[in-house]
Amino acid sequence: MLQIRIHGRGGQGVVTAAEMLSIAAFEQGRHAQAFPSFGSERTGAPVIAYCRIDDKEIRLREPILAPDVLIVQDPTLLHQVDVFQGLHPDGYVLINSRRSFHDLGLAEIEKRYRHERLVTVPASEIALKHVGRPLPNAALLGAFAALSGLISLTAVDHAIRTKFSAKIAENNVAAAAEAYAYIQRELEELSHA
Amino acid sequence: MLEQMEGSRAVARAVALCRPEVICAYPISPQTHIVEGLGEMVRRGDLVDCEFINVESEFAAMSVAIGASATGARTYTATASQGLLFMAEAVYNASGLGLPIVMTIANRAIGAPINIWNDHSDSMSQRDCGWIQLFAESNQEAADLHIQAFKLAEELSMPVMVCMDGFILTHAYERVDIPAQAEVDAFLPPYEPRQVLDPAEPVSIGAMVGPEAFMEVRYLAHAKQLTALDVIPRISEEFAERFGRASGGLVRGYLTADAETIVVALGSVIGTLKDTIDDLRAEGIRIGVLGIQSFRPFPLAAVRRALQDATNVVVLEKSFSVGLGGVVSNDVRLALSGVQLHGYTVIAGLGGRAITKASLQRTLREAIAGTLQPLTFMDLDWRIVNRQLAREAQMRRSGPIAESLLRDVGPIAAKVI
Repeated sequence: MLQIRIHGRGGQGVVTAAEMLSIAAFEQGRHAQAFPSFGSERTGAPVIAYCRIDDKEIRLREPILAPDVLIVQDPTLLHQVDVFQGLHPDGYVLINSRRSFHDLGLAEIEKRYRHERLVTVPASEIALKHVGRPLPNAALLGAFAALSGLISLTAVDHAIRTKFSAKIAENNVAAAAEAYAYIQRELEELSHA
Repeated sequence: MLEQMEGSRAVARAVALCRPEVICAYPISPQTHIVEGLGEMVRRGDLVDCEFINVESEFAAMSVAIGASATGARTYTATASQGLLFMAEAVYNASGLGLPIVMTIANRAIGAPINIWNDHSDSMSQRDCGWIQLFAESNQEAADLHIQAFKLAEELSMPVMVCMDGFILTHAYERVDIPAQAEVDAFLPPYEPRQVLDPAEPVSIGAMVGPEAFMEVRYLAHAKQLTALDVIPRISEEFAERFGRASGGLVRGYLTADAETIVVALGSVIGTLKDTIDDLRAEGIRIGVLGIQSFRPFPLAAVRRALQDATNVVVLEKSFSVGLGGVVSNDVRLALSGVQLHGYTVIAGLGGRAITKASLQRTLREAIAGTLQPLTFMDLDWRIVNRQLAREAQMRRSGPIAESLLRDVGPIAAKVI
């Protein structure tokens, strides 16, 4: 079972991101469960959403305590919430930022986890360009597809089109595609480094 | 067709397939998405011959439901928590009048302190109101139970609550198989009421009944609920034949046949329990879980049959009777009258406290070892409990409890769970 935990703030589409991820996984024939951490619904408050993906029925309903994947939609949370809590040693980390892990003050994290699975992507900037609003969720899912290969970009596009109306969907699909390409380039550079 | 969707959406779709004629509701978390979805379907014309009535309160919602149902309309509403308490008087009237209303309860705690999260306190507060109460384990079962509920309610002329865990189910996306309209039509015949308010043939409904016949009316309601003990499994079997999956029924065991220890539970926690039990089984521990799908009527005989050969019975419940202990466990104990076994009540998940596999494993191991307290509050934070007790012992004006405890807990935003 693949367990994904998404951290962000109220208003950034954190819950929608987990839901879209589950739709993408379902589109690929897998079982998926997405649910939010049900805090008070306030813009700007820390929000967590979860997604589980498996090849059989998912019965477990506890919050994800030991994620295989962490997606951080808002880097200002990094030093406020222990987002890395329980992260699997082989886990993936995707952070919405133009800065590197080192520049984000995460040098310690870099040492503890596999460096080729730790990436940052300027998802808010990409979203601003394509969607006109700094809502990074779709771009981050595109980036996650490129980082892990665990879901396809086509499935992500399908999920975006399921959740959003036509025009907004296409703008988000474009954001996901750019983030996907960005991570592909990053990973290529890493492999040559 | 199999689709990935939110639990609330699945329930809205299932209810729409039942062709309700009147839907009235007042928004309250975590039920809101269900009636929002239905409202949208009515507005768009996807749900025809249905009137969606916005009301000013939950009390009005149930009152309108009573009026609509009495005119012979298939009627649906949904609520949770304080909303259910606010409509309580009308809830009793609906069952007392024998009106087959179907209502979703998106289970949520009751204040004070105010809390929007899941537990079963709301449904349990109405367990004696004369409604049938069914509990869903998953979103698939929640959707299926609504289709069964209309059939059950109308056959018996008795209202049915379908209880599903707020947020944990209502806000969870998972795959749900939504049947085709023709399949539901074949399963659920048009509503043929026993009593109708009709200007052409005037009758009165709701007479005052004095000591001469009140007990008899009550007894008839009880006798009818007891017949539901036969009707519920029959409808569940017919559903399984038509739709190809088991949903509903009275109780459902998982690995209980040879189990020395059986956990009894209601609702979505059964899923987490099944995973926990698989892990314990892998160590050779003979343990299973008994899910209760029908809490009212309470299936005394089925529960007794399932539990009587066990050595340990652990009732894990998201409800709590202050001054006594368990609510569900009280009924389970009645089912086990005269049976010698070790019984435990575990109160868990109140107000949305996460129920984790790790905590369940630890608790169940203690039950097997015989070291578990007869009444246990799983994952209770004794540190803050004891601090408050000390505060109250030290000074008279110790202040409001909830506020003091929040100060002791500290900022919660920094914690992952």
